[in-house]
Amino acid sequence: MSVPTKPEPANALTNEVSNLDLATSEKPYLDSNELVINMGPQHPATHGVLRVILKLDGEKVLGTECVIGYLHRGVEKIAENRTYTMFNPYVDRMDYVAAVSNGLGYCEAVEKLLNVEAPPRAKYIRVILTELNRIASHQLWLGTHALDIGAMTPLFYTFRDREEILKIFEKYCGARLTTHAFRIGGCQYETYAGFEKEVENYLAFLPPKIDEYEALLTGNRIWLERTKNVGVISAADAIALGVTGPVLRASGVKWDLRKAQPYAAYSDFDFEIPTGKNGDTFDRYMVRMVEMRQSLRIIEQAVGRIPEGPIMAKVPKVIKPAVGEIYHSIEAPKGELGYFIVSDGSTQPYRVRVRPPSFVNLQALDIMVRGMLVADVVAVIGTLDIVLGEVDR
Amino acid sequence: MSYFGSQLSPGVAGNQLWALIYISIIFAGVSVAVMAMNWLERKALAHFQVRLGPMRVGPHGLLQPIADALKLLLKEDIIPAEADQFVFWIAPLIGLLASFTVYTVVPFGPSQAVSDMNIGILFMLGVSSLGVLGIVMAGWASNSHYPLIGALRSSAQMVSYEVAMGLAVVSAILMTSLNESGTGTLSMIEIVRAQQQQGIWFIFKFFPLGLIAFVIFAIAMVAETNRAPFDLAEAESELTAGFHTEYSGLRWSLFMLAEYAAMIAVSSIAVTLWLGGWMRPFPNALSAPAWEFLFSLFPALTFGGLAGIGFLGAARMPSHSFFKIQRAGLAVFAALLGLLALLLLVIAIAGRNADNSIAARFREGIDYVYWFVLKVAVFMYLFIWYRATWPRYRFDQLMKIGWKVMLPISLGVLIVTAIVGVIVK
Repeated sequence: MSVPTKPEPANALTNEVSNLDLATSEKPYLDSNELVINMGPQHPATHGVLRVILKLDGEKVLGTECVIGYLHRGVEKIAENRTYTMFNPYVDRMDYVAAVSNGLGYCEAVEKLLNVEAPPRAKYIRVILTELNRIASHQLWLGTHALDIGAMTPLFYTFRDREEILKIFEKYCGARLTTHAFRIGGCQYETYAGFEKEVENYLAFLPPKIDEYEALLTGNRIWLERTKNVGVISAADAIALGVTGPVLRASGVKWDLRKAQPYAAYSDFDFEIPTGKNGDTFDRYMVRMVEMRQSLRIIEQAVGRIPEGPIMAKVPKVIKPAVGEIYHSIEAPKGELGYFIVSDGSTQPYRVRVRPPSFVNLQALDIMVRGMLVADVVAVIGTLDIVLGEVDR
Repeated sequence: MSYFGSQLSPGVAGNQLWALIYISIIFAGVSVAVMAMNWLERKALAHFQVRLGPMRVGPHGLLQPIADALKLLLKEDIIPAEADQFVFWIAPLIGLLASFTVYTVVPFGPSQAVSDMNIGILFMLGVSSLGVLGIVMAGWASNSHYPLIGALRSSAQMVSYEVAMGLAVVSAILMTSLNESGTGTLSMIEIVRAQQQQGIWFIFKFFPLGLIAFVIFAIAMVAETNRAPFDLAEAESELTAGFHTEYSGLRWSLFMLAEYAAMIAVSSIAVTLWLGGWMRPFPNALSAPAWEFLFSLFPALTFGGLAGIGFLGAARMPSHSFFKIQRAGLAVFAALLGLLALLLLVIAIAGRNADNSIAARFREGIDYVYWFVLKVAVFMYLFIWYRATWPRYRFDQLMKIGWKVMLPISLGVLIVTAIVGVIVK
């Protein structure tokens, strides 16, 4: 009896790029044990348009393959046809959940290239807004992550509280999500009247709310069972894959660019870097929860002593850096966000390469879910905290 | 009308006309209850989650279930090209049939049931577990991966939780044999009567044995109906929609109807076995006519309270002209509830003497159904509460709890109950 072999796949992707060996001539196509399913690009838990090809044995995951690019907009190529100033709003569209961080990274990179430094007042405003954005990003992560694991309610709580941050952004720069808050050389706007008061109000407002999230999740038996020992990644693996941010810290590596190579005004503040032990989903959850509180601490220190002074450094009207290249990276909410900019001396960058944390962290998906169950894939995608706008750029 | 004064359910009395009437009433009642449950779930869940829920269709979204039902009826009925047409077509019907057939033996009162079988509880468990067949068939016939995984999860889950559920039920049935006559019973009506005779709800019997068995059942019944936190078969974030991914329109709504009907059905099993079924609180201790009259006022009070909430809501509506119709609608709705409350009050007063007059029979029947529905409603609310609070279990954890935790506990409770029962006897 001849067993039919798998016909040539119409999609070259699954055949050539795949490292999963979906079918070979020795291996019959009608294998009763294996199931290949496409998770995404339209799937409620893939956070946008990620497509994960899952190879399953029943519920057990034998291997995964991520197919990305559904949200590719060619941001890096666009940069080559825009002046340095014109490109600034585009970076907000990469990680649209943490647009302020993107802008900070880009502005600081270009400032380094130009050899200017933002005035202290601008730096403090930058720190406050970036840390607020980190909290907002973590809140969105928490809500969607909990929703993926099946807890609906935290999503609405986190969105309710994130709203307050977005209101501050809106008052500051008129935009809620893609803020374009910073300019090369400083800040776009002076703070509005009552800015400090509102930020301080938020500092008092949030801690009870974080307690509320924790009350729903941290001690919850089901939550513990769903997150402990799920998607474990060792520190060595994480470093080898270039994983950064809370995912790396949860594996026990104390690496945070805010401390390791301080930028903006971070060296002025006292804060701690939370780390985990096991590198599982629960540790990543705890690391981010503590990070939210630490961000509040930074803001608390910053908002009390914003120095007086100008908010813009002396930057030429037409930005024309000398020939050269620069790599500057910051600690975005999701990990190390780096900009590599090559200048050919003209008004437009010769090349901009972005090192997006989501893209690099996504690589870890496969080793984190191998041998786990389908439900864990969803949990791990959530815990990696990817934003597809940033992965695909 | 010769049946009317009878103390037997129409099925037992052999009155087919009244059986048919009861069936129609129950069918309509359950369908309306499902709609109400739908609305309540959306509103309660919304309020758990700091949002408002449906607000546009009718005052406070009261007409939303009707609008949804209409929309689903009018939607195109899509059958995937690769699906097994016949099985795809029949699967939701099987689910629906299973969950509605169960109501034949649900005792809303001593005679307020379509029929009383001497194997009632067995029949209920058997038929309600047929529902999984519809899910498996739907998953298979869709010829798609997500429904298939959903169906497999669902069947494994239902089979494993049925064991613990069955053992918990058996321990309750054992308690029925502690009557004067010394014979146990499987009849739903007799189980409630046994609780009345022994003067205790089985949840409190041999404390904490009855309670443990009840809790086991209460957990298993959530798993049995595929509700959160055991809703793996339709885990939205994992399997898009699980076994009914490929279903749309009317066929999908049949699944939903079946799911909610099954929830009500298993809740009524729990109420019958452990919470005294149709009995009001303390039917033996507080049996004086004054107490009887006081408790018979509860239905009227409940509806009166609901009417009050309705009027309050109408009064609190914003004064914008947009809300004019909504306010009027809500006021009318509240007025209808108020009228119903008034009617119930009249019946309660007219039938306050325990003679065999029509009013008294009516009053009794209303009381029975009221207490039964109230107890079931508590479970319905719990279902919503669970869903708002807990994350979803993973498949292997679900199995682990079913086989390694619930099964040994329920087995242990069964054995201890048997021993204690023998000693007491």
